[in-house]
Amino acid sequence: MTQPRTPLTFFTFSSPPRFYAITGVLVPVFWALAVGLTAVGLWMGFFVAPTDATQGEVYRIIFIHVPAAWMSMLLYVVMAFWAAIGWAFNARLASMVARSIAPTGALFTFLALWTGALWGKPTWGTWWVWDARLTSELILLFLYLGYIALTEAIDDPRRADQAGALLAVVGSVNVPIIYFSVKWWNTLHQGASVSLTAAPKMATTMLTAMLIMSLAFWAYAFAVVFTRTRAMVLEREQSATWVQDLARRQQGALP
Amino acid sequence: MNWNSASEFFDMGGHGFFVWGSYAVCLAVMTLEPLLAAQRRRRALQQAAQTPHGAAAARDEEDA
Repeated sequence: MTQPRTPLTFFTFSSPPRFYAITGVLVPVFWALAVGLTAVGLWMGFFVAPTDATQGEVYRIIFIHVPAAWMSMLLYVVMAFWAAIGWAFNARLASMVARSIAPTGALFTFLALWTGALWGKPTWGTWWVWDARLTSELILLFLYLGYIALTEAIDDPRRADQAGALLAVVGSVNVPIIYFSVKWWNTLHQGASVSLTAAPKMATTMLTAMLIMSLAFWAYAFAVVFTRTRAMVLEREQSATWVQDLARRQQGALP
Repeated sequence: MNWNSASEFFDMGGHGFFVWGSYAVCLAVMTLEPLLAAQRRRRALQQAAQTPHGAAAARDEEDA
Protein backbone atom coordinates (compact mmCIF):
# COMPACT_ATOMS: atom_id res chain seq x y z
CA MET A 1 0.00 0.00 0.00
CA THR A 2 1.42 3.38 -0.95
CA GLN A 3 0.48 6.57 0.81
CA PRO A 4 -0.25 9.61 -1.34
CA ARG A 5 2.59 12.09 -1.11
CA THR A 6 1.56 15.15 0.82
CA PRO A 7 3.68 18.18 1.66
CA LEU A 8 5.30 18.04 5.08
CA THR A 9 3.65 20.58 7.37
CA PHE A 10 3.12 21.14 11.08
CA PHE A 11 -0.05 19.07 10.80
CA THR A 12 1.53 16.11 8.99
CA PHE A 13 2.11 14.30 12.28
CA SER A 14 -1.33 15.12 13.61
CA SER A 15 -2.73 12.27 11.53
CA PRO A 16 -3.40 9.40 13.95
CA PRO A 17 -2.28 6.55 11.62
CA ARG A 18 0.97 8.33 10.86
CA PHE A 19 1.54 9.11 14.52
CA TYR A 20 0.86 5.47 15.36
CA ALA A 21 3.39 4.23 12.82
CA ILE A 22 6.14 6.70 13.78
CA THR A 23 5.79 6.18 17.53
CA GLY A 24 5.86 2.42 16.93
CA VAL A 25 9.47 2.94 15.83
CA LEU A 26 10.29 5.59 18.46
CA VAL A 27 9.04 3.83 21.59
CA PRO A 28 11.73 1.07 21.62
CA VAL A 29 14.39 3.75 20.98
CA PHE A 30 13.21 5.72 24.01
CA TRP A 31 13.16 2.55 26.12
CA ALA A 32 16.74 1.78 25.16
CA LEU A 33 17.73 5.35 26.03
CA ALA A 34 15.88 5.24 29.35
CA VAL A 35 17.50 1.97 30.44
CA GLY A 36 20.98 2.89 29.21
CA LEU A 37 20.97 6.36 30.75
CA THR A 38 19.62 5.01 34.05
CA ALA A 39 22.44 2.47 34.22
CA VAL A 40 25.07 5.15 33.60
CA GLY A 41 23.38 7.71 35.88
CA LEU A 42 23.02 5.33 38.82
CA TRP A 43 26.55 4.05 38.45
CA MET A 44 27.82 7.63 38.56
CA GLY A 45 25.46 8.51 41.40
CA PHE A 46 26.47 5.64 43.65
CA PHE A 47 30.04 4.84 42.68
CA VAL A 48 31.61 8.00 41.26
CA ALA A 49 29.89 10.88 43.07
CA PRO A 50 31.55 11.44 46.47
CA THR A 51 29.90 11.39 49.89
CA ASP A 52 28.34 14.76 50.68
CA ALA A 53 30.29 16.75 53.27
CA THR A 54 27.24 17.78 55.32
CA GLN A 55 24.57 15.19 54.53
CA GLY A 56 26.60 12.01 54.22
CA GLU A 57 25.11 9.28 52.01
CA VAL A 58 21.43 10.15 52.31
CA TYR A 59 21.81 12.94 49.74
CA ARG A 60 21.94 10.21 47.05
CA ILE A 61 18.15 10.45 46.92
CA ILE A 62 18.78 13.60 44.87
CA PHE A 63 19.46 11.49 41.74
CA ILE A 64 15.77 10.59 41.54
CA HIS A 65 14.21 13.38 43.59
CA VAL A 66 15.27 16.33 41.45
CA PRO A 67 14.66 14.63 38.06
CA ALA A 68 11.19 13.51 39.23
CA ALA A 69 10.35 17.03 40.45
CA TRP A 70 11.57 18.59 37.19
CA MET A 71 9.56 16.11 35.13
CA SER A 72 6.44 16.76 37.23
CA MET A 73 6.55 20.45 36.32
CA LEU A 74 7.72 20.03 32.72
CA LEU A 75 5.06 17.42 31.94
CA TYR A 76 2.35 19.70 33.34
CA VAL A 77 3.38 22.51 30.99
CA VAL A 78 3.55 20.10 28.03
CA MET A 79 0.16 18.66 28.96
CA ALA A 80 -1.44 22.11 29.20
CA PHE A 81 0.18 23.10 25.89
CA TRP A 82 -1.16 20.12 23.93
CA ALA A 83 -4.55 20.34 25.64
CA ALA A 84 -4.78 23.98 24.54
CA ILE A 85 -3.68 23.15 20.97
CA GLY A 86 -6.21 20.32 20.84
CA TRP A 87 -8.92 22.67 21.98
CA ALA A 88 -8.00 25.71 19.86
CA PHE A 89 -7.40 23.83 16.57
CA ASN A 90 -9.83 20.97 17.23
CA ALA A 91 -6.87 18.61 16.87
CA ARG A 92 -7.82 15.20 18.26
CA LEU A 93 -4.32 13.84 18.48
CA ALA A 94 -3.05 16.81 20.50
CA SER A 95 -5.83 16.23 23.02
CA MET A 96 -4.98 12.54 23.22
CA VAL A 97 -1.32 13.37 23.90
CA ALA A 98 -2.39 15.77 26.66
CA ARG A 99 -4.57 13.14 28.29
CA SER A 100 -1.95 10.45 28.13
CA ILE A 101 0.63 12.73 29.79
CA ALA A 102 -1.53 13.20 32.90
CA PRO A 103 -0.93 9.81 34.60
CA THR A 104 2.82 10.00 34.00
CA GLY A 105 2.90 13.56 35.35
CA ALA A 106 0.96 12.49 38.43
CA LEU A 107 3.38 9.61 38.92
CA PHE A 108 6.43 11.87 38.84
CA THR A 109 4.72 14.32 41.21
CA PHE A 110 4.04 11.46 43.62
CA LEU A 111 7.66 10.31 43.34
CA ALA A 112 8.95 13.83 44.01
CA LEU A 113 6.81 14.02 47.15
CA TRP A 114 7.65 10.48 48.27
CA THR A 115 11.41 10.78 47.83
CA GLY A 116 11.21 14.25 49.37
CA ALA A 117 9.51 12.88 52.48
CA LEU A 118 12.12 10.12 52.82
CA TRP A 119 14.85 12.70 52.42
CA GLY A 120 13.22 15.23 54.74
CA LYS A 121 12.93 12.85 57.69
CA PRO A 122 16.67 12.27 58.23
CA THR A 123 17.78 15.80 57.22
CA TRP A 124 15.01 18.09 58.52
CA GLY A 125 13.61 15.74 61.16
CA THR A 126 10.15 15.66 59.58
CA TRP A 127 8.41 13.80 56.76
CA TRP A 128 6.29 16.76 55.82
CA VAL A 129 6.04 20.47 56.44
CA TRP A 130 3.53 22.96 55.03
CA ASP A 131 6.10 25.12 53.36
CA ALA A 132 5.51 26.84 50.02
CA ARG A 133 7.53 24.40 47.88
CA LEU A 134 5.99 21.26 49.33
CA THR A 135 2.46 22.62 49.41
CA SER A 136 2.53 23.87 45.82
CA GLU A 137 3.93 20.49 44.66
CA LEU A 138 1.08 18.76 46.49
CA ILE A 139 -1.38 21.08 44.70
CA LEU A 140 0.25 19.97 41.42
CA LEU A 141 -0.57 16.36 42.30
CA PHE A 142 -4.20 17.36 42.95
CA LEU A 143 -4.30 19.24 39.63
CA TYR A 144 -3.16 16.12 37.78
CA LEU A 145 -5.65 13.94 39.66
CA GLY A 146 -8.43 16.50 39.14
CA TYR A 147 -7.66 16.62 35.41
CA ILE A 148 -7.77 12.81 35.15
CA ALA A 149 -11.00 12.58 37.19
CA LEU A 150 -12.70 15.33 35.17
CA THR A 151 -11.77 13.92 31.75
CA GLU A 152 -12.70 10.37 32.77
CA ALA A 153 -16.06 11.50 34.16
CA ILE A 154 -17.27 12.93 30.83
CA ASP A 155 -18.41 10.29 28.35
CA ASP A 156 -18.07 12.26 25.12
CA PRO A 157 -14.29 12.17 24.47
CA ARG A 158 -14.10 15.55 22.71
CA ARG A 159 -16.10 17.31 25.42
CA ALA A 160 -13.90 15.65 28.02
CA ASP A 161 -10.81 16.90 26.16
CA GLN A 162 -12.15 20.45 26.15
CA ALA A 163 -13.17 20.52 29.80
CA GLY A 164 -9.78 19.05 30.70
CA ALA A 165 -8.00 21.66 28.58
CA LEU A 166 -9.64 24.47 30.52
CA LEU A 167 -8.59 22.94 33.84
CA ALA A 168 -5.06 22.25 32.59
CA VAL A 169 -4.55 25.78 31.26
CA VAL A 170 -5.92 27.50 34.37
CA GLY A 171 -3.91 25.19 36.62
CA SER A 172 -0.66 25.96 34.82
CA VAL A 173 -0.38 29.13 36.94
CA ASN A 174 0.79 26.78 39.69
CA VAL A 175 3.97 25.76 37.85
CA PRO A 176 5.87 29.07 38.19
CA ILE A 177 4.64 29.22 41.78
CA ILE A 178 6.32 25.87 42.50
CA TYR A 179 9.48 26.88 40.71
CA PHE A 180 9.91 30.29 42.35
CA SER A 181 8.45 29.34 45.75
CA VAL A 182 11.92 28.88 47.22
CA LYS A 183 12.77 32.42 46.16
CA TRP A 184 9.53 34.19 47.01
CA TRP A 185 9.01 32.69 50.44
CA ASN A 186 11.15 31.53 53.29
CA THR A 187 11.06 27.80 52.87
CA LEU A 188 12.60 24.88 54.68
CA HIS A 189 13.24 23.44 51.24
CA GLN A 190 16.58 24.51 49.82
CA GLY A 191 16.94 26.81 46.81
CA ALA A 192 17.33 25.72 43.20
CA SER A 193 20.01 23.03 42.78
CA VAL A 194 20.89 24.14 39.29
CA SER A 195 20.97 27.65 37.94
CA LEU A 196 22.01 28.93 34.54
CA THR A 197 23.40 32.15 35.98
CA ALA A 198 25.25 30.97 39.09
CA ALA A 199 28.19 28.62 39.48
CA PRO A 200 27.17 25.02 40.38
CA LYS A 201 26.76 24.52 44.10
CA MET A 202 27.66 20.84 44.03
CA ALA A 203 30.44 18.57 42.87
CA THR A 204 30.61 18.10 39.11
CA THR A 205 30.11 14.33 39.32
CA MET A 206 26.95 14.80 41.43
CA LEU A 207 25.60 17.31 38.94
CA THR A 208 26.45 15.08 35.97
CA ALA A 209 24.76 12.05 37.55
CA MET A 210 21.66 14.12 38.26
CA LEU A 211 21.50 15.45 34.71
CA ILE A 212 21.94 11.95 33.23
CA MET A 213 19.10 10.69 35.43
CA SER A 214 16.96 13.61 34.24
CA LEU A 215 17.58 12.57 30.63
CA ALA A 216 16.70 8.98 31.57
CA PHE A 217 13.39 10.08 33.13
CA TRP A 218 12.72 12.23 30.09
CA ALA A 219 13.22 9.23 27.77
CA TYR A 220 11.01 7.15 30.06
CA ALA A 221 8.28 9.80 29.87
CA PHE A 222 8.41 9.81 26.06
CA ALA A 223 8.24 6.00 25.89
CA VAL A 224 5.35 5.57 28.28
CA VAL A 225 3.35 8.58 27.08
CA PHE A 226 3.65 7.47 23.45
CA THR A 227 2.61 3.92 24.41
CA ARG A 228 -0.47 5.26 26.16
CA THR A 229 -1.29 7.64 23.30
CA ARG A 230 -1.07 4.72 20.87
CA ALA A 231 -3.56 2.81 23.03
CA MET A 232 -5.84 5.84 23.09
CA VAL A 233 -5.63 6.25 19.30
CA LEU A 234 -6.69 2.62 18.84
CA GLU A 235 -9.55 3.03 21.32
CA ARG A 236 -10.92 6.16 19.70
CA GLU A 237 -10.32 5.17 16.08
CA GLN A 238 -11.62 1.64 16.64
CA SER A 239 -14.03 1.93 13.74
CA ALA A 240 -11.51 3.44 11.31
CA THR A 241 -10.45 1.18 8.44
CA TRP A 242 -6.71 1.43 9.23
CA VAL A 243 -7.25 0.27 12.83
CA GLN A 244 -9.49 -2.58 11.72
CA ASP A 245 -6.90 -3.70 9.16
CA LEU A 246 -4.12 -3.45 11.73
CA ALA A 247 -6.06 -5.36 14.37
CA ARG A 248 -6.97 -8.16 11.95
CA ARG A 249 -3.42 -8.44 10.69
CA GLN A 250 -2.18 -8.74 14.28
CA GLN A 251 -4.78 -11.38 15.05
CA GLY A 252 -3.74 -13.31 11.95
CA ALA A 253 -0.13 -13.19 13.10
CA LEU A 254 -0.97 -14.25 16.65
CA PRO A 255 -3.91 -16.66 16.56
CA MET B 1 35.24 4.10 45.17
CA ASN B 2 32.88 5.04 48.00
CA TRP B 3 32.25 1.61 49.47
CA ASN B 4 34.55 -0.93 51.04
CA SER B 5 31.97 -3.71 51.22
CA ALA B 6 28.49 -4.63 50.02
CA SER B 7 27.03 -4.18 53.50
CA GLU B 8 28.44 -0.67 53.65
CA PHE B 9 26.77 0.02 50.31
CA PHE B 10 23.37 -1.20 51.52
CA ASP B 11 23.74 0.61 54.83
CA MET B 12 24.18 4.03 53.13
CA GLY B 13 25.85 5.52 56.19
CA GLY B 14 22.97 4.41 58.41
CA HIS B 15 20.32 5.87 56.10
CA GLY B 16 19.69 2.76 54.02
CA PHE B 17 15.97 2.77 54.81
CA PHE B 18 15.51 6.28 53.38
CA VAL B 19 17.70 5.85 50.31
CA TRP B 20 16.45 2.37 49.35
CA GLY B 21 12.87 3.26 50.29
CA SER B 22 13.05 6.04 47.70
CA TYR B 23 14.65 3.93 45.00
CA ALA B 24 12.43 0.87 45.59
CA VAL B 25 9.16 2.79 45.24
CA CYS B 26 10.56 4.62 42.21
CA LEU B 27 11.47 1.31 40.55
CA ALA B 28 8.10 -0.24 41.43
CA VAL B 29 5.90 2.50 39.95
CA MET B 30 8.16 3.02 36.95
CA THR B 31 7.89 -0.70 36.17
CA LEU B 32 4.15 -0.92 36.73
CA GLU B 33 3.15 2.10 34.65
CA PRO B 34 4.70 0.92 31.34
CA LEU B 35 3.22 -2.56 31.85
CA LEU B 36 -0.25 -1.07 32.33
CA ALA B 37 0.15 1.20 29.29
CA ALA B 38 1.32 -1.72 27.10
CA GLN B 39 -1.56 -3.85 28.34
CA ARG B 40 -4.02 -1.08 27.46
CA ARG B 41 -2.70 -0.94 23.90
CA ARG B 42 -2.93 -4.72 23.44
CA ARG B 43 -6.49 -4.69 24.77
CA ALA B 44 -7.49 -1.85 22.44
CA LEU B 45 -6.11 -3.81 19.49
CA GLN B 46 -8.04 -6.93 20.50
CA GLN B 47 -11.22 -4.92 20.88
CA ALA B 48 -10.77 -3.34 17.47
CA ALA B 49 -10.39 -6.79 15.92
CA GLN B 50 -13.76 -7.76 17.39
CA THR B 51 -15.54 -4.66 16.10
CA PRO B 52 -17.47 -5.75 12.99
CA HIS B 53 -16.77 -3.87 9.77
CA GLY B 54 -20.45 -3.00 9.32
CA ALA B 55 -20.69 -1.40 12.74
CA ALA B 56 -17.84 0.91 11.85
CA ALA B 57 -19.56 2.18 8.72
CA ALA B 58 -22.85 2.68 10.55
CA ARG B 59 -21.20 4.68 13.33
CA ASP B 60 -19.36 6.88 10.86
CA GLU B 61 -22.66 7.73 9.17
CA GLU B 62 -24.22 8.52 12.52
CA ASP B 63 -21.41 10.94 13.32
CA ALA B 64 -21.71 12.71 9.97
